[in-house]
Amino acid sequence: MYIKIKTNFRIYLDFEELTGQIKTTLKIKSMQDIIGQYTNTIRTAAKSKTPLFIRGGGSKDFYGNSMNRDGHDILSAAAYTGIIDYDPTELVMTARAGTPLADLETELQKQNQMLGFEPPHFGPEATLGGCVASGLSGPRRVYVGAARDFVLGIRMLDGNGSNLHFGGKVIKNVAGYDISRLITGSMGTLGLLLEVSIKVLPIPPFELTLRMQMKEAEAIEKMNQWAGKPLPISATCFYENNLTLRLSGAESAIRAARAKLGGELISDGPIFWNSIREQTHPFFQSGSSLWRLSLKSNAPPLKLLGQQLIEWGGALRWLACSGEYMDTEENIVRSESILANGNATLFRSNKRSDSVFHPPEPQMIKIYQRIKEKFDPVGIFNPGRMFREL
Amino acid sequence: MHPPELVSNLRNFLPPESVLYETEDLKPYECDGLSAYRQTPMIVVMPETEEEVIKILRVCNASKTPVVARGAGTGLSGGALPHAKGILLSLTKLKKILEVDPITRTARVQPGVRNLAISESAMAYGLYYAPDPSSQVACSIGGNIAENSGGVHCLKYGLTVHNILKLRVITIEGECLEIGGACFDTPGYDLLALMTGSEGMLGIVTEITVKLLPKPEKAQVVMAAFDDIQMAGNAVANVIGAGIIPAGMEMMDKLTTRAVEEFVHAGYNLDAEAILLCESDGTEEEVADEIKRINEIMKKSGAVDIKTSHNETERLTFWAGRKAAFPAAGRISPDYYCMDGTIPRRNLARVLAGIEKLSIKYGLRCMNVFHAGDGNLHPLILYDANQPGELKKTEEFGAEILEMCIAVGGTITGEHGVGIEKINQMCSQFNTKELEIFHAVKSAFDPDRLLNPGKAVPSLRRCAEHGAMHVHKNQDKFPDLPRF
Repeated sequence: MYIKIKTNFRIYLDFEELTGQIKTTLKIKSMQDIIGQYTNTIRTAAKSKTPLFIRGGGSKDFYGNSMNRDGHDILSAAAYTGIIDYDPTELVMTARAGTPLADLETELQKQNQMLGFEPPHFGPEATLGGCVASGLSGPRRVYVGAARDFVLGIRMLDGNGSNLHFGGKVIKNVAGYDISRLITGSMGTLGLLLEVSIKVLPIPPFELTLRMQMKEAEAIEKMNQWAGKPLPISATCFYENNLTLRLSGAESAIRAARAKLGGELISDGPIFWNSIREQTHPFFQSGSSLWRLSLKSNAPPLKLLGQQLIEWGGALRWLACSGEYMDTEENIVRSESILANGNATLFRSNKRSDSVFHPPEPQMIKIYQRIKEKFDPVGIFNPGRMFREL
Repeated sequence: MHPPELVSNLRNFLPPESVLYETEDLKPYECDGLSAYRQTPMIVVMPETEEEVIKILRVCNASKTPVVARGAGTGLSGGALPHAKGILLSLTKLKKILEVDPITRTARVQPGVRNLAISESAMAYGLYYAPDPSSQVACSIGGNIAENSGGVHCLKYGLTVHNILKLRVITIEGECLEIGGACFDTPGYDLLALMTGSEGMLGIVTEITVKLLPKPEKAQVVMAAFDDIQMAGNAVANVIGAGIIPAGMEMMDKLTTRAVEEFVHAGYNLDAEAILLCESDGTEEEVADEIKRINEIMKKSGAVDIKTSHNETERLTFWAGRKAAFPAAGRISPDYYCMDGTIPRRNLARVLAGIEKLSIKYGLRCMNVFHAGDGNLHPLILYDANQPGELKKTEEFGAEILEMCIAVGGTITGEHGVGIEKINQMCSQFNTKELEIFHAVKSAFDPDRLLNPGKAVPSLRRCAEHGAMHVHKNQDKFPDLPRF
């Protein structure tokens, strides 16, 4: 077991199982030692060409291609923790990638700030590194930006074990290629994240949630119309003929917008939005596979079997299938997403899949492969987790 | 390939007026907005279609001829400086606005379209394109992608990278990449971000889909004067600490205020050590609320003088001085040298004190204008190139400022780009391994290093000298273009 004392150190205590007594050895690990350990692991793996499965808290183990993880060593990225720098008036926080997302958000909350893109945790063990590597964003994404929009800088270890930093701690920075955003959402295939500098936002002074009944086509139209008006909408969700909206901002502005929009005031708004963000809403458990369709926001209602839930002003459609299509499910869902100018991801499934993400064009794969080769010459980091070719 | 052979190859598919090779025709292309660096290209080509771009790049790839892309040529870091043995690819004829979609709030445009023209075409729908670099009347959207341009409103509305959805990019091999999409995310590596700000080193952008935002109902600005720089810096922190993200937040020091007031008569307090401009935009109610709070914060932060704009004319007058800072520098000094570092804001007073010390050390005056909200500092070092040794001193002064920016956790360029100008300072900000990664990324797109060679990322052996933006006798290449 270990006890966390300060952010920079962890004390490891070895218990004598039978007597329950603490052994005399006391190992103190500094964060620098942990980097040393990661570097050794990477260099050893590169030498022996053993794939490494990078894992923070494990909350997003389900996400990405199943890939054959047998024979992969797990590179546990959770030990490197702690907030390194946080000055609320700079709107920037720098933290180690193993820092639990929950700890980080608690610190932000104390200063009345938040991660604007509302990253889903999918479990209490979620880490900052996993959040950035998966690049997922929650309900507020359309209105303030995605994970990649908030990442300002990173420190990482590449496939040679080199300790590299890109970007910085400032909002405006055009020195060098934007490697920080390239790494965001790369599913750990380019390297091990060590530290992330991220832009944070003030928590809106006032929020309320409205609900109105309407049909799907009308809801899609309304969400698009409203997004073109200066209205303080910060989240939208359509499910079972109910359109739910969240308004955020100055109280006076929210009250004025509410008068314009109408609808019924929902008292448990924060609980509802959290259930969408964390997928604890019953919809997300309703099928054996959950598809995530990222589409042009005004795409008409999809003619697909299974249940649907819409977010992001019409641009994100979730589809829960329960075997309606048998073996043709993937083909049908993907074709439908292409028709709607978008792409489909098999977000969760009871079955294994090695083509979770929409397959890119061959010329894109070629560029991805060349980039991957440069960061990870032997191909040890999460091989196959994003695309079979990487 | 010899120039005549190359010209005839290009003329196989381009009309004669689109291939320039006579010295007098090439002259206008010898520099961009950074006129201290000049180089005549071998050939200038001006394609009108994507198909022509593809063919040009195939010719260049086959003949291993360097290609430098150029938009409106307003860049301040020499990113579009031609290559002596290369082709300058001017994209100004690709200037169609292909589609404005008010429903999905997007516009599909060609790279030569001017930044402001996008907002103008969306105006009828109550929409606009948010990034507003100071040169927006002239600069092209293609150039904005290359530099990841910002503007005074980027703290609230983001940079170019935050406001685009899709790019069509032609690689040096002549392949077309569709990067991003009509939706908010696409699987795979974020090449959209990688391309943005890549200074024409990775590919040629032929089409851009930008996001459009609803135009805020109202904007109002508070002007606050402080008799201490540190207090002004604290006021900025206090506004942000109070949970306000201003639409714009700008600071000027005393030397600047005095230089511009003479010019624009904005009614600035001339005894103040610093002037802060803080703008709020949004709905009527939001702005009323925020302006009231900003006023209170300025008062509490020790402002000696606070004014609030009561109409559009007044708002623009308050801004006029800030926008006239560069030309004002040219009025009070024969030459000036513009820096573009970003620092974590909390170090502002420290950095400004450092600049003041350097100013005494070098015996040169320095005006400071500051995008205070996002920490982007533009010190303008005033000098006279006709005084022997003064240019060298200025460059050393500038280099020390950039080193200071790095030392306090900042960066050597916030928005002007590295180009040719800051290529040497890249060596201070990044180590060899990091620079190697940049080179590796480039080679993933452009293995023979034909696109804009010698820019943005220094070769590992050239990390010694220092460059700069020098403006002589206010002879900016575009003296009428606002620079702030």
